[in-house]
Amino acid sequence: MLGVQLTELLDGVPHGVEEALDLMSGFDDALAHGFARLGGERAAALAALAGALGATPLGSPAVDAVEKIIAGSITDEHLATLAGGRTALFGAIHDALLSRLDTALGRDRSPWAEPPPAETAAADNLLGGCRSWLQELAITGWKGVDHDLVSASDQTIEALLADVGLRPLAVLLDGLAAELRASCPVATMERLPARRWADLWARALLLSQGPGATEPAERVSGRLLVLGVDVHEHATAVQMQVHAILEPAGAAPPRLVRTSVAAAKVDTIVGPALWRLLHRHPVLLGALAEHRGLDVEDMPLLDGGDLVWHDDRATAGEPADPFATARILLADAVTPAVRPLDRHPVRIAEPVLVEGYTAGDDAFELDGNTLTVDLDRLPGCGPLTPGLVAASSACIGLVRWDGGRWMLQPLAVQGTAKRKPFEAHNGDWAMGPTDPKVVKAEARAGDAVAVLRERAGRLLRR
Amino acid sequence: VNTGMSAWEQRSVARVVPPVRPRKLVKVPFVELADGRLQGVVSSGSDLARVYVSSISASTHGFSCSTNNNRPCGGLHASSPCKHLRALADEAVLQYGLDRVARYLRVEAGDDDDLVSRLDGVREAAPAAVVFSRFLRHLAYLELPDTTAPIPELHWFPAVSTGGAVR
Repeated sequence: MLGVQLTELLDGVPHGVEEALDLMSGFDDALAHGFARLGGERAAALAALAGALGATPLGSPAVDAVEKIIAGSITDEHLATLAGGRTALFGAIHDALLSRLDTALGRDRSPWAEPPPAETAAADNLLGGCRSWLQELAITGWKGVDHDLVSASDQTIEALLADVGLRPLAVLLDGLAAELRASCPVATMERLPARRWADLWARALLLSQGPGATEPAERVSGRLLVLGVDVHEHATAVQMQVHAILEPAGAAPPRLVRTSVAAAKVDTIVGPALWRLLHRHPVLLGALAEHRGLDVEDMPLLDGGDLVWHDDRATAGEPADPFATARILLADAVTPAVRPLDRHPVRIAEPVLVEGYTAGDDAFELDGNTLTVDLDRLPGCGPLTPGLVAASSACIGLVRWDGGRWMLQPLAVQGTAKRKPFEAHNGDWAMGPTDPKVVKAEARAGDAVAVLRERAGRLLRR
Repeated sequence: VNTGMSAWEQRSVARVVPPVRPRKLVKVPFVELADGRLQGVVSSGSDLARVYVSSISASTHGFSCSTNNNRPCGGLHASSPCKHLRALADEAVLQYGLDRVARYLRVEAGDDDDLVSRLDGVREAAPAAVVFSRFLRHLAYLELPDTTAPIPELHWFPAVSTGGAVR
C-alpha cells in the first residue's frame, strides 16, 4: 500500500455512510431496550430505518413490520424483515467502504453471480428453536437479559453444534450466549456493546431462516503462496483463516484467496495450544510454520474466494517468503467477489503490504498519513507483539474498518532490532512455538488439550 | 450526529469478555462463573475415575462439594470449605484474575488476600448434577469434528493476545 493510496483511502467518509450509521444506532438502541417497550423515540428510530429502505424491495415490508412491532405484534416474521432491513443497510455501507478501498488500492473485484435458489432441507425444529430465542431477546431487549434467558439457548446450541452444516450459526450463537452470560444481569452493565450484539442478533436471525442458495464453486489446481494468517477465536471456537495467492495451473492470472480450518474448543485452551486442535491438517500447518508454498490439486474454490481446504489434496512445495509473494503478486491478483450475505463492514479484510513507514506505538506514519494499527488483534498463538510491530519496517496486514475508522491488522512484520534483522508471522508456531521462553511456559503448563481429552475419555462415555 | 453512543458501543468487534489466562488443568479441569455461582470440577487425587463437583454461591457465599456420584465430600465441614473448594477458588483466580472472581462473588479482596478466607458462607445444597453435566458438555466440544468450510461469522470474534505466560 502506497502513501498516495492511503491518502485516498482516508480522504473523508464515503457519501451516506454516516447517515446510515446513525439509523443503525437508533435501531441498536431500540433493541437494547427491547421491542416490547419502545416508546416514542425508539419507535421513530425503527420507522426511520424502514423509511431508508423505501426505494428497495424491502421498503414496504419493512414499513409494515415496524408498524406491527410498534403495535405490539413482535412476530418471527416481522423480526426477520427488520433484521433483513438492517443487514441490507449494512450491505450498502459495506459496498461504499469496500469500493473506496478497492479504488484506492487499484483492485478489480470480480462481480457476484447469483446462483439459482437451493432446495435444501433445513433442520426446521432446530432453526425454529433459534428463532424463538432470538425473538425472546428482541422482546426483552439486552437490558432485560438474565441467566434464565441465556440458559434457555443451551439445548438449541448444543443440538446445532452436532450438525456440521449448521456450524456457522452454532458458533455465532454460542459466542453471543457466552458474552451475555458473562454480562448477566445485563441491566447492571455500565455500557452496552449495542452495535455488536445487534450485529450478531441480526446475523443469527437471518441464518436461522434456513440455508440459502449453495455457493457456486469450481475445482482448482496450482500453487498456493501464503500471505498470512488471520486468527479468529472465542471461548468455544477457533478459526485459522489463511490469506494467500493462488497461481492456477495453466495461464490463468494469480488470484487472491482465503482458506480456513476451524475447530471447536473450550475457553481454557488458548495461545499456542490452539494449533494442536488442528492437527488433522499437517500439510497446511507445516507450510505455515516453514514458510513453504503449497501445491494443491482439485480443490473446491467458492465464488466468494474461499478455497475449501483438503489436506490430502495438498503437498508442501518450495520455500516461499510471504513478503516476496506480497511484493510481486499481491497488487495485480484477481480479487474475489463478496458473498451477498457477507456484505458487512466487519468482513472487510483486504491483505496489503505496507513498507517505508515510521512506526509509532499504535500507528504507522506513511507520507504524512497516519494508519492506525490494531494492536488488540495480535493473537496469543503467534509471535507478533506490540514491540515487534513498533520496531518493524514492513508489514503484511489486513485493512479493516470498524467504529468509523480504517485500521491495519498486522499478520506479519519484518524489521531490524539491535542491528539484527527479525521477522515474525502469525503462523510461525503452527507446528509448536519456536521461542524458547514460550516453549518452556508451555511445558510447565502441560498439554491442556491432552488433559481434557483424557478427562473426556474417562467421563463422557460411561 | 449520533444518538449519544460512545465509540465502543458503535464497534462491531468491541471486546466484551476478557480472554481467560492459561493455567494447568490437571487438578481442576473445569472452572466457570455461571448461574450465580463460582463452580467447577476438581479431579480426585486418589481415584482417576472420580471427580468432585464444587461450587460457591455468589449471593450467599454458601459452598458445596460432592462427588459426581453425589456423595458428599468427606473433607467438607459445616462452616469450613474443603481442599477441593480451595483449589477451585485458586484456579478461578488464575483463570479469570482476582478482580473478576471477587466481583462475581461480591467480596472485597486485595491482591494479597486469600479469597476463600473472605467468604462467610456455610455449607449448603447445590445442584451438583447440573454443574457436572455442564462439565460434560464442556468436554463434548473437544469431540466435535473440525471443519474447513469458511465461518465468516468468526470475523466478529478476533483472536486477542492471551496476555501473560502460564502460571
